[in-house]
Amino acid sequence: MTNHWVDIKNANVIVIMGGNAAEAHPCGFKWVTEAKAHNKARLIVVDPRFTRSAAVSDYYAPIRSGSDIAFLGGMINYLLTHDKIQHEYVKKYSDATFLVHGDYDFGDGLFSGYDEETRSYDKTSWSYQKGADGFVLADETLQNPRCVFNLMKQHYSRYTPEMVSRITGTPKEQFLHVCEMIAETAAPNKTTTFLYALGWTQHSIGSQNIRTMAMIQILLGNMGMAGGGINALRGHSNIQGLTDLGLLSNTLPGYMTLAGEKEQDFGTFLASRALKPLRPGQMSYWQNYPKFHISLMKSWYGDAATRENNWCYDWLPKLDKVYDVLQVFEMMHQGKMNGYFAQGFNPLASFPNKAKIGAALARLKYLVVIDPLATETSEFWKNFGEFNDVDPSGIQTEVFRLPSTCFAEEEGSLVSSSRVMQWHYKGADAPGEARNDAEIMAGLFLRLREMYKQEGGAFPDAILNTAWPYRIPDNPSPEELAKELNGKALTDLLDPKDPARVLVKAGEQLASFAQLRDDGSTASGCWIFSGAWSQAGNLMERRDNSDPSGLGNTLNWAYAWPANRRIIYNRASCDPSGKPWDPKRKVVGWDGSKWAGNDIPDFSLDSPPEAGMGPFIMNPEGVARLFAVDKMAEGPFPEHYEPFETPIDTNPLHPRVVSNPAARVFKGDMEAFGKAAEFPYVGTTYRLTEHFHYWTKHAKLNAILQPEQFVEIGEDLAKAKGISAGDRIKVSSNRGHIVAVAVVTKRIRMLDVDGRKVHTVGIPIHWGFKGVAKNGYLANTLTPFVGDANTQTPEFKSFLVNIEKA
Amino acid sequence: MALQTLDIQRRSATTTPSPSVRQTTEVAKLIDISKCIGCKACQTACMEWNDIRDEVGSNAGTYDNPRDLTENSWTVMRYSEVEVEQGKLEWLIRKDGCMHCADPGCLKACPSPGAIIQHSNGIVDFQQEHCIGCGYCIAGCPFNVPRISKKDNKAYKCTLCSDRVGVGMEPACVKTCPTGAIVFGSKEDMIQHAEERVVDLKERGYGKAGLYDPQGVGGTHVMYVLQHADQPELYHGLPKDPAISPMVSLWKGVTKPLMSLALGVVALAGFFHFVTVGPTETHDEEEEV
Repeated sequence: MTNHWVDIKNANVIVIMGGNAAEAHPCGFKWVTEAKAHNKARLIVVDPRFTRSAAVSDYYAPIRSGSDIAFLGGMINYLLTHDKIQHEYVKKYSDATFLVHGDYDFGDGLFSGYDEETRSYDKTSWSYQKGADGFVLADETLQNPRCVFNLMKQHYSRYTPEMVSRITGTPKEQFLHVCEMIAETAAPNKTTTFLYALGWTQHSIGSQNIRTMAMIQILLGNMGMAGGGINALRGHSNIQGLTDLGLLSNTLPGYMTLAGEKEQDFGTFLASRALKPLRPGQMSYWQNYPKFHISLMKSWYGDAATRENNWCYDWLPKLDKVYDVLQVFEMMHQGKMNGYFAQGFNPLASFPNKAKIGAALARLKYLVVIDPLATETSEFWKNFGEFNDVDPSGIQTEVFRLPSTCFAEEEGSLVSSSRVMQWHYKGADAPGEARNDAEIMAGLFLRLREMYKQEGGAFPDAILNTAWPYRIPDNPSPEELAKELNGKALTDLLDPKDPARVLVKAGEQLASFAQLRDDGSTASGCWIFSGAWSQAGNLMERRDNSDPSGLGNTLNWAYAWPANRRIIYNRASCDPSGKPWDPKRKVVGWDGSKWAGNDIPDFSLDSPPEAGMGPFIMNPEGVARLFAVDKMAEGPFPEHYEPFETPIDTNPLHPRVVSNPAARVFKGDMEAFGKAAEFPYVGTTYRLTEHFHYWTKHAKLNAILQPEQFVEIGEDLAKAKGISAGDRIKVSSNRGHIVAVAVVTKRIRMLDVDGRKVHTVGIPIHWGFKGVAKNGYLANTLTPFVGDANTQTPEFKSFLVNIEKA
Repeated sequence: MALQTLDIQRRSATTTPSPSVRQTTEVAKLIDISKCIGCKACQTACMEWNDIRDEVGSNAGTYDNPRDLTENSWTVMRYSEVEVEQGKLEWLIRKDGCMHCADPGCLKACPSPGAIIQHSNGIVDFQQEHCIGCGYCIAGCPFNVPRISKKDNKAYKCTLCSDRVGVGMEPACVKTCPTGAIVFGSKEDMIQHAEERVVDLKERGYGKAGLYDPQGVGGTHVMYVLQHADQPELYHGLPKDPAISPMVSLWKGVTKPLMSLALGVVALAGFFHFVTVGPTETHDEEEEV
């Protein structure tokens, strides 16, 4: 979240789209009820289903799954044509005035630079025009046809209310009503907040769904404002921490990235990340990249990391491609992997096309499952009748199950969606021989290191030289790990302005990432966490919820990264002269000599407003990007592409380019996509409040509340198929089938899409063949093996199915 | 429980007066249906606090689970899909359970002394050790709440966490409710809170919003804020004008005194018989056979 859970209470309009906060985040949802009760906020829900969130909304509009960009693009068109934008904000705080490369173009569904062979773009033309001084050219009058504002206007002019309704199935007047409600918050002192989750990410155009909404928030001037922002509601406890620590195959801690195979040179690697300002007077905070990266290397390799060996740069893997989960299971399926560690992960249940996942696991030599529960993955080889009909005699994979503790059985920190790092304590001892994950990983590491020591190996250096400073080497404590992530001074840090003055003594914890250096004198395992465990102690343990501003920022409650800041980009909550757009919701402001207020300013504290530094300091432009330059795989402006399994067989905007032209599809998976003729209904998977993923079916209380697998269908479809509530029905996709009880509901409507009647089949995910709830099918038996072109998040939210009475 | 017995203001089938030296504040639980997201956290909290577990059941084609109140499920969510206005769907989700009537039909109907009591704070509580399993409480309840256990043949229902309330805590469901849809306090405060909620709902277009505190049972200690207070039946058949069954009223109001009178007449007749005819004599020989 750019803002935080409590801040939702400050919103005037709350939009839940691409998520179902009441269902999946019932505790955080209290801030929505707060906003309604005490701020007269209006709640809008846009969803294919009338959800639990919709049940308490002020306005609900239905939408076909997978058509959000059409809806939001239409909203951009509405805001522009009705002149409902925050003009000064757009002009000063976005790239609206910037001129775009002369070769940039869009036509018939494709942007300039497309290569059909590789299904990817040459992004050279997706850039700004630059002057002789190296800075981007801009037209403050917004008259130049090549400025971002005019190109954007032109791009979305195709998204008329009629076209929106034709693609989304949302009745035109309902779409316009939502636009009107949101447009009111273009006023400088009004905000909309968008709450979204996997309903937006789990599409082959997931990242662009979110970008479209971000563009709307920029046009409305809502970024950085209390009660505004773009707010991803993370779906697991500490999944925010996972992302922060870079536990994805191509990232390093603190949103740094691994090098590609073409980046063998350390200098080039740093230079392409430590971006110079694109406009005069801008901060471009990533210029500090070398400080963060080198401190990370010092944290990992200690004394072995030296200036001479480029801080062990050569020891880091260089990627030939991204090894996301789909890629890994594709390789496993091809028999190219020997072993797999599933740590707190249930891939058989969680990944698309269960048949492919099961076949892939069966080609491994060994599988290690680290989990508190007996997961389906750990018994993928066992026959569970119709639910997992496999022949164990044909599977040779050796499976090791290492029982781990669950969250309540260990101490440590969790990072919430609010970016708040909060310490928690052990509630109970783990049963039996369960060990915490760090202990298990440490045990594995030490044994592997010993083997490398004894037997050598192709490349032992990185393993043998990893710093391992823990008091009990085979059980690093949460305190030690948290302090390591925060970072410390390795030598006395001297004040550059006064070398006689020692800022931080050698061995002391750092107070903030501002103290990090690129000369090897500091170490930090995750620069954005710096400050959480400073010399003052463990700030994540703080529990002072006093809230002098009334905004709910509670700066002394735990610790929010970065720098204990609760609302990021908060400089944008003020006008260019440094005064809050809304004095009643002052986040920060310029007091004549410095920036200060009710949050930690996200800005250079002493840079006066007249210096003209932009509020989006992480971008080299200093402003927010309406034009994404080369950052996205499928184009600088979000464009509507159909799901890979579309119920209308076409794209009304450009019939020749139906689905995301830059999405990666593996051989064999394209053939496994179904067509509307055979599978006419839109399938969509989701969670229920009563359960959490595939875990809580192991808990009796949850099993009592929602005991048996079901699917939801609308009354029209039920009638057409002769299905009554409580009947068992078979749901099939081109990849398999499930059987479940039918819940027949008014809450799923038939929609008119491009002249067709489109029905939706709702498929909750929570059942499987392990646990105390009634056994059921894994819902991902049905889902397609394709992901978002940028993140590879699978397209779980929109695919094609057929149904029949079982 | 010794101290709590001081706070009992009514006992079933009892004519001795209740203790009256101290008075507790009348309490109420207010359930704001316009804030309820149907998450069932209240059901979970109820099971956990009272340490009761229902069966892992099955799905009958609805979200409602367990499907009905049972001796192990003292509260369940009732989901109703309604279109009050043409084309405007509403999903009304009502937490069902004992209403803790000021004038409790169950207590009136109960023939077992002390099996049902009413505390002076308004909570109606079953005392299972005195329950004879006759089921009259079910007949007496205008909300169809009590359930008899097949295991021990005793009646069970929500206690409004009388054990928690008795020591100054809120009921478990109130404590757990994530959206603040369930609140608890003095009945007076709850009515005032409800009035504020009704103003907000009216401003949002629910012209008929109102408080459900039915007077047919003397008011209740579990109340609802309804978006459509004029049509409580929309909320899974919440009765519009609940009243104690005429059979119970008849039993307590007219029939019972009559029956008592009849019983008295029989006793009196017996006495006269004894006086005039003398005791029935038995023959020792016969007894020894």
